[in-house]
Amino acid sequence: MSNAMADTLQGWGRRCQVTGLKVHSEAEKLIKVNAVVAVVAFLVGVIAAIGLVLTRWQAVHLLPADWYYRLMTVHGMNMLIFFILFFEMAVLYFAGPVLLNCRVPAPKVGWLAFGLMVLGAVMVDVVIFAGKADVLFTSYVPLRAHPLFYLGVILFAVGAILVTCLFFASLVVAKREQTYEGSVPLVTFGALTAAIIAAITLLHGAAIYIPTFLWSLNIIPIDPELYRVVWWGLGHSSQQINVAAMVSVWYLLGGLTVGAVVLNEKISRSAFSLYVLFISMASAHHLLVDPGLGPAWKVWNTSYAMYLAVLASMIHGFTVPAGIEMGQRLRGLVKGRFEWLRKAPWGDPGFSGMFLSLVIFGFFGGITGVTSGTEQINIIAHNTLRIPGHFHVTVVGGTALAFMAVTYYVLPLIFQRKVALWGLAKIQPYLFGVGIVIMAMSMTFAGSFGVPRRHWDITFAGAATSVEFHPMVDMLMGTMAIGGLLAAIGALAYIAIAVLSVFFGQKVDWSRVGDGGAGIPQGVAKLPKQAHTGAAVEQVHQAGTPGTMVLVGVFLTVFVLYYFVNWKMLSMVWKIG
Amino acid sequence: MHSAIVSPKGVWWKPAGKQEKLWVTIAFVWCMILFAMMPFWHFKGGQNPSGMRSRVDPKDFAARAQRFVEDYKVGDENGIPVVAPPAGSDLYLVARMWAWSPILKLKKGATYTLHLSALDVNHGFSLYPININFQVVPGYDYALTVTPNDVGEYKIICNEFCGIGHHLMVGKAIVEEGESTASAAAEVSEVNNE
Repeated sequence: MSNAMADTLQGWGRRCQVTGLKVHSEAEKLIKVNAVVAVVAFLVGVIAAIGLVLTRWQAVHLLPADWYYRLMTVHGMNMLIFFILFFEMAVLYFAGPVLLNCRVPAPKVGWLAFGLMVLGAVMVDVVIFAGKADVLFTSYVPLRAHPLFYLGVILFAVGAILVTCLFFASLVVAKREQTYEGSVPLVTFGALTAAIIAAITLLHGAAIYIPTFLWSLNIIPIDPELYRVVWWGLGHSSQQINVAAMVSVWYLLGGLTVGAVVLNEKISRSAFSLYVLFISMASAHHLLVDPGLGPAWKVWNTSYAMYLAVLASMIHGFTVPAGIEMGQRLRGLVKGRFEWLRKAPWGDPGFSGMFLSLVIFGFFGGITGVTSGTEQINIIAHNTLRIPGHFHVTVVGGTALAFMAVTYYVLPLIFQRKVALWGLAKIQPYLFGVGIVIMAMSMTFAGSFGVPRRHWDITFAGAATSVEFHPMVDMLMGTMAIGGLLAAIGALAYIAIAVLSVFFGQKVDWSRVGDGGAGIPQGVAKLPKQAHTGAAVEQVHQAGTPGTMVLVGVFLTVFVLYYFVNWKMLSMVWKIG
Repeated sequence: MHSAIVSPKGVWWKPAGKQEKLWVTIAFVWCMILFAMMPFWHFKGGQNPSGMRSRVDPKDFAARAQRFVEDYKVGDENGIPVVAPPAGSDLYLVARMWAWSPILKLKKGATYTLHLSALDVNHGFSLYPININFQVVPGYDYALTVTPNDVGEYKIICNEFCGIGHHLMVGKAIVEEGESTASAAAEVSEVNNE
């Protein structure tokens, strides 16, 4: 680690001063540009989000109807597609070439892909802001957008599929050039499953956006129900890329921050494989109360073939905290059930963001998602605020927060800059995480009162007949807005930190990095031991992870309660069938 | 043991620890319970989204709905017809930008077959305040048997984005005290015999 500047691998790249990994300069550049554009898309999405919460908060009701729906479209596309996929492209360049010590196989293709994705994203945003695509993220046919909207999405998807192919190629190159020994690391394996799901997802995307593009030019007809089925093959599966990428990031950050270990490679890898096999079936979650599909199809698909993908998430929900607990115990924090958790580095945003992401995704997101994705319970959830309430704790409190957390390690390790505004960075994951949870839980409860999602005015002023919502709803829409604004402050803080670090940040002085200090996360200052051997290890392994057993016990209890309370609520409404 | 960024060497397919095995088993059992609940509810529960589903030309659906209104119309409210069909009958509810038609007058405890379809784009059927939700897709007839279990004035909110007037799209269903369940059932068989 101390052979600082001598080891620059001239003309090829550099050796990471912390992990010892070889970093190909093309990989480094591609990670940088994709991450930067991801943050730009994120900023656009955050600004739209502020407009949305201030409009749904009826006391403020900021935007006119057309701009509300327009910014809803902007928010969906920029957050769920552009921000998250650009970031995932960076994750693929990291988990492939960097972790495997190899080169980017065809960097020119990487740059071409990046260009296509930027072009596609810009086209889509320009068309939406011009008011030519007020169709929301789902763009259900026969709502009609300008053809360039669909073409922009297609270009973006082609770029993303090229990067996915590059990732697969880097696995082949690394194997052939023997840049690593044994099997690929678990993080790379997880990224591989994300890439496979991405390939499946993007094929669905092609299967729906190309015909829809032709439909928008009046060349072919499209069946509205068929559109919904195939579109959700893209729409939901793309969220499963996020799940696999996020879980990989949890494992990565666990290792970097506290030396978390993999309890059992077989279990964790099998769980990732279950994602690949079953997770695409989740498109059914959106079609449970649709007229085009029968009960057998719905039951089989919504449960990912008997909940095997849920099983996968429940496994990771155990192995990730258990790996952290075991890592901490190996570092000597062995007292009681929870010393490992109490004495975790809560001031390191890489750790706190990762752990909050794990709790928010699993506890809030997982429980609400499985429940409202149950065929019959969906009757009392479909298209109410319960749905965005659910996915804001999976994809935002889960994936986006995990990506923020890893950013605090990417800044020093890849950009080689100290994290700017370090004091703010330390509290940023809490601001964002707590805000999102308040917002999403308010949405979930408001949705249980029947409040619709994607709705400009639930006072129904000017409508044929009035609707009086339960008085609780007013309060919940208020707390939703307060949570949303808190999360927006957290999001803007993240953007400010990222931009200031990248463009104006202090260079990391590798000879003095061990001193730590402001802007250097503790895992970068002193990387925890990544491998353990010997009898002591066996002893700790035998002692197990008693703290995590308690955590998952609490989780399961709440899960069972919430699930059956919903069946009870369902049983009280009109008989219907 | 090693972290997740280390390449494992040799064979990593090893038996799992006791606690891991226990959790995987518990999680698996829970997943099977989650799965079993759905078929179970189809047999024992009163709320299922199955319905009878068929394709329908929007023009044909509009025509059926028109006949339905002509047969059972009892009034008008702001230009939207109010219908009071007998227990057991087929109800046709039309969704279009940006109105539900007609207004339905129903009897508590009576069973009807509610046909939902849209004439233009996707709409969302959301019955307030009991919070029952169904997707309404143009070109598809979603026929659900419904049995109101309480009297009151219910609102039908559109909860699928359907264009700039989406938030104005509210319909109505009124449930009144019905005859006893027995006479309602008799009425059903009468209708069926006709």
